Amino acid sequence: MNEVPKRSFAQRFHLKLVVWSVLFIVLLCGSAALTGVNWGEFFSNIGQFFSLIGKMAHPDWKYIQIVIQPVIQTLQMAIVGTTIGTLIAVPFSVVAARNLVKNPVVRGIIRFILNLVRTLPDLLLAAIMVAIVGIGPSAGVWTLAIFSFGMISKLFYESIETIDDGQLEALRAAGANYFQIIVFAVLPQVIENFISYFLYTFEINVRASTVLGYLGAGGIGMLLQQSLDSFNYSQTAIIILATLIVVLIIDGLSNYLREKLD
Amino acid sequence: MEEPLIEIRNVSKVYDSGTVGLKNINLTIQKGEFVVVVGLSGAGKSTLLRTINRMHDVTDGDILIEGKSIIHYKGKELRKLRRKIGMIFQNFNLVKRSSVQRNVLSGRVGYYSTFKSVLGLFSKEDKQKAVDALKQVKMADKIYSRADELSGGQQQRVAIARALMQDPKIMLADEPIASLDPLTTKAVMDELKELNRKLGITVIVNLHSVPLAMQYADRIIGLRAGELVYDKSIAEVQETDFDSIYEGAAKENE
Amino acid sequence: MSKASKNKKYGWIFWGILIIAVYVWAILGMNLSGIQSSAVQVTKSIFNGICHPDWHYVYNGSGEDLVSLIIQTLAIAFLGTFVSAFLSVPFAFLAARSSKHLQVRSKIGKFILVFIRTFPEIVLAIMFIKAVGPGAFAGVLAVSIHSIGMLGKLFSESLENMDHGAEEAILSVGGTKSDALFLATLPDIMPQFLSYTLYRFEIAVRSASILGMVGAGGIGTPLLFAIQTRTWSRVGIILLGIVVTVTVIDWISGTLRRKLG
Repeated sequence: MNEVPKRSFAQRFHLKLVVWSVLFIVLLCGSAALTGVNWGEFFSNIGQFFSLIGKMAHPDWKYIQIVIQPVIQTLQMAIVGTTIGTLIAVPFSVVAARNLVKNPVVRGIIRFILNLVRTLPDLLLAAIMVAIVGIGPSAGVWTLAIFSFGMISKLFYESIETIDDGQLEALRAAGANYFQIIVFAVLPQVIENFISYFLYTFEINVRASTVLGYLGAGGIGMLLQQSLDSFNYSQTAIIILATLIVVLIIDGLSNYLREKLD
Repeated sequence: MEEPLIEIRNVSKVYDSGTVGLKNINLTIQKGEFVVVVGLSGAGKSTLLRTINRMHDVTDGDILIEGKSIIHYKGKELRKLRRKIGMIFQNFNLVKRSSVQRNVLSGRVGYYSTFKSVLGLFSKEDKQKAVDALKQVKMADKIYSRADELSGGQQQRVAIARALMQDPKIMLADEPIASLDPLTTKAVMDELKELNRKLGITVIVNLHSVPLAMQYADRIIGLRAGELVYDKSIAEVQETDFDSIYEGAAKENE
Repeated sequence: MSKASKNKKYGWIFWGILIIAVYVWAILGMNLSGIQSSAVQVTKSIFNGICHPDWHYVYNGSGEDLVSLIIQTLAIAFLGTFVSAFLSVPFAFLAARSSKHLQVRSKIGKFILVFIRTFPEIVLAIMFIKAVGPGAFAGVLAVSIHSIGMLGKLFSESLENMDHGAEEAILSVGGTKSDALFLATLPDIMPQFLSYTLYRFEIAVRSASILGMVGAGGIGTPLLFAIQTRTWSRVGIILLGIVVTVTVIDWISGTLRRKLG
């Protein structure tokens, strides 16, 4: 037993590693060719990139006054959008949870819809919503509602699936109906998780909502587009700074609340 | 009298956080001894062990190995010192994703450039040495396995093989059996004892268990709250001696 | 009634009022009346378009068709993500809290990562377009830089949480710090880094599919064009393409990540 074993050809030359490495390199080179990577051009024109950064390094502080109102609107969009998304998500997550709905067909269909919704990027939704409801914050609200619906439903049903089945059984044994089970056994166990996920999604939506306006869906993003199109980079800088500050504050607040929940 | 292998003189250690690790320790260890250090967790056993290969710096005092002070060693000098001191750990500290062979060979990295050791460009002699070391701990058949495929006891034996690659004069073992079951405990302790007997390696082991210490040690040292409170050769040791070292332990366990 | 439960009761009232106030403020500020009258009509057309997608667009050999542009989108995401993974490693070491001093260094690193994460990706794309011209390369650069924010954060967290035992072992046999880094830290952490990179790749596929809306290559350009010209059957086929692609990529990446885990 205490002898060095023989290795097969594949082991000796680490065939698996070699195959994966070659595949990886081929994919990288292929991607580089397809996307027209040109580092020469990049380095010869990098000056322009830095001159842009240079312009951004001189923010137009007076622009702050103009930014405040759209920043507030962005926050309001995020609050309303996240809430609508959550309200729609709750019934869906209940039906998608394995321990609540035993019928695999119903559950499968619901999960399929949820997966579809989650594949759509936020800006794509924004572009479509602008086409439907017109330019303005409403488009942003609906975009965020759909976006957070997809995300929250998944987080919620996964959290429902982790609850203690004993309580469900006890209520079923006592003759409770579906609705009663949800109110008395499910809700108390998941409510803290739900609030925490809601806040988490809200954080993400605040970040997302700052660019939605670029396609006309309201909020600070509208100014972002204006300043970029008119080459007013000193204004762009203020918008980005304002975004950073708002995101930091919301992250901090949301983290504080989530820690308090635990 | 022969020059002692390790001489610890008035050594104290205070951590950055202000915790006192060691208080004025004086200790002399001769070549070929099998020393077991006992004491409660937090008594300073690990700290004492790690000052010997300078994984921890001392705050005060001096440590001599083969008559040379080591506490001011830096860079290359320090790495040369460590090359001669093997160390095994409670959690084995293998690179879990790497093969047993690679782990054992890593015992020689002190002799290679980073570039060579990363590419696995070890000499033929060292590769043979790795096989021999694994045979010594009866693990040669696992040489191409990944470290995380092995059981705890097997991992610890691989860790011993890694230390053997250093041709160590001193072997430091920090709670080597704390994560193992009784059967593998015996295998690992027997292995250490054999290295001590056959190869003449000086072994210093930290242990929790007094019965185990009495079974294997030539000499038992007791630490309590960073102070050396006990030091006797095995011939003089009596079981009731340990009440003072473990004073308060019974209360804690209640 | 005990003081604690009294406090709790008032606590509830306080939170209740606060939450209601926030919602009143948010909804009143919204002015939701602005939905255009044609909304229902447009929605119908969109659904109609999605149900009758423009199949001719799938492949026509021009290089401007769905398949070509989706592949380009994937290429943007793949290259961008992996370039970003390399760039993220030094940031991760900068931001990871180490046991001893140098808290300042970690704070600075973390702030840089938050800043990068908050800097909107499409603004980055626009900036790179100014430097290298419109096209997929600008998209690659935008993804590479923007992803550092998230990858750097995830990498630094796994560095903070990793077991440093193997590093200690390498140092104890007389290895240098770079020996410990290359022989212990990186091999131990690599699977997790790779797993995070794949996860980020899933996100990058989604963002690469919209970067085209500002001219940074991929499927986004024809999508925005189709929406603006209200060619809903074209929109339908592109949406279908994106949904299928994202689903397949999520599945592949998820499988690989489970293997790594």
